[in-house]
Amino acid sequence: MSEIENKTEHGSMDGATAGTAGDPKNDTGLGLGVIFFIVAFLICFLSGWLLFPKLLYSKHEQPFNFDHVLHVEETGDCESCHYLREDGTFSGIPKTESCLDCHTDEPMGDTKDEAIFAAEYVAKEQEVSWYVYARQPDCVFFSHAAHINAAGMDCKSCHGPIEETRTSRPYEENRLTGYSRDIWGKNIWGIKKNPWDRMKMNDCAVCHEKETGHKGYCFQCHK
Amino acid sequence: MKVDRRSFLGLGIGAVAGIAISPVGAKLTDDFSIWTQNWPWTPVPPDGEVSYDRTVCHLCPGTCGISVRKIDDRPVKIEGLDSYPVNNGGVCLHGIAGLQYLYDPSRVKSPLKKINNRFVPISWDEALTLVGDRLGELRNDQNPEALACITGSDQGSVPGLFNHFMAAFGSPNYLTMPDLESWLVRTAKTLHGDAYTLGFDIDHSDFILSFGAGLIDGWGSPVACIQAMGNRRQRQATLVQIEPRLSNTAAGASQWIPINPGTEADLAMGMCAVLLKENRFDPVFAQGFKGGFMRFTAMVQKEYPLDKVAGVTGISAADIQKTAVAFAKAKMPVALPGKGRGEGAQNLKEFAAVHTLNCLSGNVNKQGGTFVKPLPKYLNFPDPVQDAVALKGAAAAPLAGSVQELVTRIDKSGESPVKALLVYNANPCFALNDPFRILAAFEKIPFKVCVTSFMDETAMASDVILPVSTFLERMEDVPSKAGLAATVVGLSKPMVKPVFNTRSPGDVVIGMARALGGDMAKSFAWDSYDACLEQVTARIWGPLVRKGHVVLSENPPAGSVETDFEFLAENPVTVKPAGDLEFTLIPIDYFRVPPTVPAPSPFAIKTVSDRILRGTDMFVEINPQSAKNLKDGGFATLTTPAGSVPVRVHFNDGIMPGVIGMVKGLGHTLDNRYVSGKGVNINALISPKIEPNSGMDAAFGIKAGISKA
Repeated sequence: MSEIENKTEHGSMDGATAGTAGDPKNDTGLGLGVIFFIVAFLICFLSGWLLFPKLLYSKHEQPFNFDHVLHVEETGDCESCHYLREDGTFSGIPKTESCLDCHTDEPMGDTKDEAIFAAEYVAKEQEVSWYVYARQPDCVFFSHAAHINAAGMDCKSCHGPIEETRTSRPYEENRLTGYSRDIWGKNIWGIKKNPWDRMKMNDCAVCHEKETGHKGYCFQCHK
Repeated sequence: MKVDRRSFLGLGIGAVAGIAISPVGAKLTDDFSIWTQNWPWTPVPPDGEVSYDRTVCHLCPGTCGISVRKIDDRPVKIEGLDSYPVNNGGVCLHGIAGLQYLYDPSRVKSPLKKINNRFVPISWDEALTLVGDRLGELRNDQNPEALACITGSDQGSVPGLFNHFMAAFGSPNYLTMPDLESWLVRTAKTLHGDAYTLGFDIDHSDFILSFGAGLIDGWGSPVACIQAMGNRRQRQATLVQIEPRLSNTAAGASQWIPINPGTEADLAMGMCAVLLKENRFDPVFAQGFKGGFMRFTAMVQKEYPLDKVAGVTGISAADIQKTAVAFAKAKMPVALPGKGRGEGAQNLKEFAAVHTLNCLSGNVNKQGGTFVKPLPKYLNFPDPVQDAVALKGAAAAPLAGSVQELVTRIDKSGESPVKALLVYNANPCFALNDPFRILAAFEKIPFKVCVTSFMDETAMASDVILPVSTFLERMEDVPSKAGLAATVVGLSKPMVKPVFNTRSPGDVVIGMARALGGDMAKSFAWDSYDACLEQVTARIWGPLVRKGHVVLSENPPAGSVETDFEFLAENPVTVKPAGDLEFTLIPIDYFRVPPTVPAPSPFAIKTVSDRILRGTDMFVEINPQSAKNLKDGGFATLTTPAGSVPVRVHFNDGIMPGVIGMVKGLGHTLDNRYVSGKGVNINALISPKIEPNSGMDAAFGIKAGISKA
């Protein structure tokens, strides 16, 4: 008898005697399996929730802190700095030149941040390389004019109460796509409480359906 | 407790289950799909404020007004400028691709000095000091006339500054490349005297007799000509196109008359003979006919009888007679000289003979005819400060009347009479016939300075390169030229800050003069070129800045003009193609390939037909009747007395038997992978032949043989 045949012949018997299934006294294998299952489940589940977002996003501090509260107090509203141009395009983040309507290369206040702005950007005639929290992927076309002028929406509806922020939070960049975390939302499951907590395609569609009765067509935003 | 297979199974299932109900899967799927739609390595142009600015294109002599669309400070699109008097909103493929020249791979990015046959970047100060020192030596040796200068054109304030520089330096050897405008000025000088040029009111003419002028193939101001051809049918104007090949212009003409290449002058003389014999010339305009008219009349009757001209040109006597009479009978006829683009190797006899037809018709200085216009005089340069050295040098006899003649002078001398050479906006080492001969002559010149935006063939042969900003990066006056009826001066303005370490050519000339010091610097006392421009154009500066252009003349010039027939009465010789081979090789001017400066843009090269260029293979056109054992698309060897090249054959029924056509302007060897190494430079196959009366190269073609490879 060959070794293989020998093993096969005794294989079933070995299995019967060494088997633990259905034997309550020797149920340690299953118990351990369950423990292993639970431990692995918990580790992976929690990693997915807690560790994964930390790995997926890199954090960047803005070049210096920007106090919206102070600027709104001084200028009165959002439109003083973020406005629609005559042709309907949106000005976005102001250029250094726009800041010079008020600022000079001598700081007006005594904050450290304004000193940085005056010395590094105004004096050197450089643009500030702000990280833009709300920038959509390049495949998305979005018209501010259509929403502000035609639909009469205000800034806050989509952007939240930015005018109440005193500090610029760190910008989180998706390492894979290169886009801002604000698009998917801070919550890794994408759960949101406010409209501005997330701005994925479906968020546009839901609002469009509610306001216009139709989700809209692909080419309206993807040109 | 025992760790067994089930434990591991539990571990694996637990891990999978944990991941599965964590956000990882959903989130990564989403991110991955975004990633695939927005490849991070694909450049995305930055967003910004859209604005439009106006300027003038000077890529070619067309001088079209253009509108530049910008996003913030970055130009992104060029369009034709509505209501600009030259192009009226139109724009050509080279104009719209003008932005590519800003970032062209062959741009010279900083001043360069050649050391051991390699270019090394140097600072502007170092470059200008070097040029000043080397040129200063000539003046110290009392030999300023050993400096020669070649520019692409002599119109406008920048060529004016080079001219001013040469006068202050003390050298009469200022030459320009043979463009259409220079031929028209030379023709006007021969028939009407100094300081005139010719303009053709094609827009209003009812009978256009074109001696090969490629009206939609790049002749004159291309967009203006194409627009005039576009509305020709509505105006019911006749276009008779006379050339050996069915060009695009010929294909759209009322009638195409094929002619033996190089016999256009004989045809024009023959037509003059018909008009004079039948007394079909304008007696009023003829009152201004001066010297030699009677001799000219007798000569053409004797030397250019119909039968003889028919034999020479290959056109039937009846057709010549009929066309000449139709021309004379037309209300507003105009005859156009200048084969193809009308630049490069042409000949004065042909230009003069064709323009004589205009003079005989009497439709001169009238709507729909030919305008004999005074050269625009809107520039007022102060007199140069000339010291004794400069006065002596400037009074010396010029070495040559053309670049080709200068090259011959250098070629024949043991030691070059030219010790230093300035080249601006010209590429003679590519654009003129037999560029190898020109390169060899350049080798003999001890010091060559090239003022250019691009590392072209001439720049590569230079010792110092002073890089200049492109037309989108600088201010300059741009006078219209090249046969336009109206005279318009446009103001080209910087649309963008210089992309590289370049300067305006005017500032380069001022910088060179300052480096030379002494009286040279005194002649160039301006702070900058912009200040100089404002001063020399003072008469029109206000409206020029306000409107962006000034129309100097629009209507037919007033007053009569005299015509002198002495030159033609002598019956100057017709330059014949060199060699005794079976075929005649002629260059084809093809609108998509500019043959001079700058080289074609990558975009323009992409639009070239694959019956002209396939990969790097060059095609030549030949009539299937004379193709013998050649195959359409097959490989062949083309041989001329100047050289031999491999080509491919394209059968074209629209080219006369016995003629081989090859597109001009390909076969660059400059440092630009999108443009270089594609096709063959036809100029390398043609040896120059100097026309005795003009001193210009008149070799429009050459005898050639072709055999299966």
